[in-house]
Amino acid sequence: MKRHLISAADLSRADALLILDTAEELASLADRPIKKLPTLRGRTVVNLFFEDSTRTRISFEAAAKRLSADVINFSAKGSSVGKGESLKDTALTLEAMGSDAVVIRHSASGAAHRLAGWVQGSVVNAGDGTHEHPTQALLDAFTIRRRLKGNGTRGAGLDGIRVTIVGDVLHSRVARSNVLLLSTLGAEVTLAAPPTLLPLAVENWPCSVSYDLDCELPKSDVVMMLRVQQERMTAAYFPSVREYSRRYGLDAARMGRLPDHAIVMHPGPMNRGVEIAADVADSVRSTIVEQVANGVTTRMAVLYLLLGGTEFPAVAQ
Amino acid sequence: MCAASSSVAGRDGLAVLDAEEVRRALTRIAHEILERTHGGGQVILLGIPTRGVPLARRLAARIGEFEGLEVPCGSLDVTMHRDDLRLRPARALGRTDLPMGGVDGKTIVLVDDVLYSGRTVRAALDALTDLGRPKAVQLAVLVDRGHRELPIRADYVGKNLPTSQREVVRVLLSEVDGQDVVLIGEDGRKP
Repeated sequence: MKRHLISAADLSRADALLILDTAEELASLADRPIKKLPTLRGRTVVNLFFEDSTRTRISFEAAAKRLSADVINFSAKGSSVGKGESLKDTALTLEAMGSDAVVIRHSASGAAHRLAGWVQGSVVNAGDGTHEHPTQALLDAFTIRRRLKGNGTRGAGLDGIRVTIVGDVLHSRVARSNVLLLSTLGAEVTLAAPPTLLPLAVENWPCSVSYDLDCELPKSDVVMMLRVQQERMTAAYFPSVREYSRRYGLDAARMGRLPDHAIVMHPGPMNRGVEIAADVADSVRSTIVEQVANGVTTRMAVLYLLLGGTEFPAVAQ
Repeated sequence: MCAASSSVAGRDGLAVLDAEEVRRALTRIAHEILERTHGGGQVILLGIPTRGVPLARRLAARIGEFEGLEVPCGSLDVTMHRDDLRLRPARALGRTDLPMGGVDGKTIVLVDDVLYSGRTVRAALDALTDLGRPKAVQLAVLVDRGHRELPIRADYVGKNLPTSQREVVRVLLSEVDGQDVVLIGEDGRKP
């Protein structure tokens, strides 16, 4: 494992499997009377959130607390960022207070990478702009493996599993991280989206691209719906929400075209009625709530593997 | 008490227990567990990964042969409770598998291959505390090599092996390593 987790591309297949297998061991913790381990006692994890977040921040907080680390939550609202303090100064301030790891969410792509050059401790990217969100990809891979290969699977990749990622790929850090990680683990990934919502140079990604969702559905083991990120949209990418929903939204009729074992995923937060219909989101095939639970477990595995061992010597970057 | 061992000096050191002697030691421990726990009614055997787990299974099978009693056995990973985590890079976790019904009110016999500093057992006791409240905890080891750093002793010992701290004791088991043998060697990697 590297010292930071900035991009899903940093993870080799062995690294990714180590994280998933560790998460598999930690999953049993949820059934125990004492859901806490003493492993990171005395370590401090700072949650540095410059962008709104519900599940990622709480998930990281829960993960760090279950490993007995101290957690400092920082959100840009109500902090000195409002007075014009830069990212670097904010980070150095937090470091001076003794943080061992920084979990950062920022609206600028590359913020986590910049931060990693400034601080001593480990940096975990919890979403940087439209770039990457590696822990989301890890928890998605973990969810897919558990659902399709069974709980307690160890050492297995996702070889041969066909994953279709649908919707707003252009603005999605989740999609990029998932394409990178899932293909590392051996899955065959297809992006299904309108041409306007595909990023430039998508042909260089390790995946195939389709503009027609309906012909991809019958051959998919996993369908991952992406949120239409209206807050990042600066132009008209599709004629109307209604038309988008007709062509790329997952409703009950479309779900019926999936193979019987296939699962429906969504990283959240959902726009019910836009990319996913309410009855699909609440169906037994949907793993949306499971993904949240698996998020805590997977993030525990990441924090343990980054912070649990010996401290990295400063030169070993 | 035991026959002179056919000590073979190999690449990994001197064999101090061969397969037959390992089998006899486990048979004796199984009898002792039955005796000390008054028939083994409320006993759970918990092996500490890696090699404690097959040892616990063997003991359970042995007890089953002698008394027709099915003793539940499982595994207890202690990695997250170790006190030397920060001395080495983060390591992969072993499995924790508890029998149905948990550990509350039961007599737990922890099973490991080698008892040395006692730190692994200390971690196991902590891990166990988080899982419930057993009635009693006992410890069975195949080899006790001395040099304790904590006030811990084993209840059942396969063989007491006086060693120097420079020596390395390795237990090989057929389930993991393809053969049953206990080796002692000079220096080398930690057991």
